[in-house]
Amino acid sequence: MEVVVKAENLKKYFPIKLGFFRTLFSKEELYVRAVDDVSFDIRKGEIFGLAGESGSGKTTTGRLLLRLIEPTGGKVHFRDKEITSIKDDEMKILRREMQIIFQDPYESLNPRMTVGDITSEPLRLLEKEMTPSDMDERVLQILEDVELTPPKEFVLRYPHELSGGQRQRVAVARAFVVNPTFIVADEPVSMLDVSIRAEILRLMMTLVDKYQASFLYITHDLALSRHMCDRLAIMYLGKIMERGDTEQVIFEPLHPYTKALIDAVPVPDPTAKRAETVIKGEIPSPVNPPSGCRFHTRCPQYIGDICRTKEPELIDVGNNHYVSCHLYGKEK
Amino acid sequence: MKAAEGVSFQLEKGEAMGLAGESGCGKTTVALSLLKILPQNGRVVNGKIVIAGTDIVPLSESEMRKNIRWKVISMVFQGAMNAMNPLYRVGDQIVEAIKMHEPEVHRKEAKERTAKLLEMVGIDPSRTDNYPHEFSGGMKQRALIAMSLACNPVVVLADEPGTALDVIVQAQVLRLMKELKDRLNLSMIMIAHDLSMIAEVCQKIAIMYAGYLVEYGDIVKIFKKPLHPYTTDLIESFPSIKAAKQEMVSIPGFPPDLLSPPPGCRFHPRCKYAMDICRKEVPILRENSPNHFAACHLVKD
Repeated sequence: MEVVVKAENLKKYFPIKLGFFRTLFSKEELYVRAVDDVSFDIRKGEIFGLAGESGSGKTTTGRLLLRLIEPTGGKVHFRDKEITSIKDDEMKILRREMQIIFQDPYESLNPRMTVGDITSEPLRLLEKEMTPSDMDERVLQILEDVELTPPKEFVLRYPHELSGGQRQRVAVARAFVVNPTFIVADEPVSMLDVSIRAEILRLMMTLVDKYQASFLYITHDLALSRHMCDRLAIMYLGKIMERGDTEQVIFEPLHPYTKALIDAVPVPDPTAKRAETVIKGEIPSPVNPPSGCRFHTRCPQYIGDICRTKEPELIDVGNNHYVSCHLYGKEK
Repeated sequence: MKAAEGVSFQLEKGEAMGLAGESGCGKTTVALSLLKILPQNGRVVNGKIVIAGTDIVPLSESEMRKNIRWKVISMVFQGAMNAMNPLYRVGDQIVEAIKMHEPEVHRKEAKERTAKLLEMVGIDPSRTDNYPHEFSGGMKQRALIAMSLACNPVVVLADEPGTALDVIVQAQVLRLMKELKDRLNLSMIMIAHDLSMIAEVCQKIAIMYAGYLVEYGDIVKIFKKPLHPYTTDLIESFPSIKAAKQEMVSIPGFPPDLLSPPPGCRFHPRCKYAMDICRKEVPILRENSPNHFAACHLVKD
């Protein structure tokens, strides 16, 4: 299948501002290594999941792909173009093909704009040659697509007149209105009540299918990503630990971190037995990530010095399943 | 506005009950009533709250503070990140809780107890003099749990103890709560919108909808054979990571406005099985089988 977006050795380091005296007297420069050498690709019409704990760099990765922030190193390819080095006006043309859906629909919609204004804004900014009547028609159609019916009534409403679920539908409509090729959804349902999550997710799946878009789904909820994504990448401290088809990653996890993460997900069944491998501690600071394998400080399958000293590479173990761990790869 | 109405449940010693429902269904109101810390404009209109043999509804504020809160019933507040005062050391905040409710305890003794409490929840006692910002999210949640146990309560209320934590840390916290409950023979009420978290810790579950208890009882029975359509939908809307891939279910519509709730059963506008009687008559909570109650016209017999 056609690759639409490709991340190649993507890196983003955020410098830490030191106090006045420390900048005077010390030469050290500290960085938060939010994303550190990440590569993957997303195909046409595919939902690609990026999962991990908070601070693992998943949101930063999403923003890098859209070039909302500039990478420290590495490249992003969009279709056949390398977009990390192109000029802003060239980027602006590409923007109509890339959209983002934010986490919190209570913050991401302008309270002073009507639903109609919110959904038509991308058209006004990006589709300069579109006539107002075409725009109206497109807005009504996309509102119909996101099941805000009757659309004519919703066009005039303000965000405060909508429920959380309806707001997120507006955010979805705003993203899809320009018929984009690539969409990043950053935890799109984590602020919503469980009873309405499923319908928003289903809606996004339908739209991805309908518009044949590529979709990056950023989440910390593995149970949901399993139902949503075609492929899944697990991130830890700025690195991809494991990547593969969703069913493979969830049911045959290879990396000890993936295993621990899956075991930790609570199961809605009071008779289910919890696996006993709950790992200790919390995610270390990305300022000074552990040497070697970044997970070695918490790893239940630590195999010795190699984990502490040598950084494992993301290797192919067959069937498009990649893992970055010293436990694997030797047998090859 | 009637935030919670006709809610009755019973909790034995050493038992954990989950209180579940969508946002705005009255879970937190019930919890705050149990401690009598409702906001200024809220009050318990009628009903009884009997904890360890005492009805606390007629008690005055000072009696509550002196004899009930923290000594009999305590609370782990929601939002581990913000529930502690950032200007005081973690240890001192726990010492303060002890001194507040047991003024006769000497400061030195309170400090020793604090160290023991922190150790019990898995925090090294050397960290007592740290400020909250020096603690990670999971440690703050642990410290709050330690604080709730400061005066050896009989009942602990935990409001969304696992939310806002990462899965791995959340699993650690849930395990800790389960261990403490068994070790100290605590009764626990866990408020959560996440049924899977309740399934991990609790033996009983109470499901609320728009201020009413719709189903209540033994958790295994309810998960296996839910009686109320709302419970069924709620359970099905939780995807399981382990079970077979199934169609994701959601409940159409949204909870009613409690200022003008629908007549009859409050769930009827969203219910697939709504009948005529559902629009007219409020169903009462009745025992369908031992330790399994439901309030629905469908389960009359």
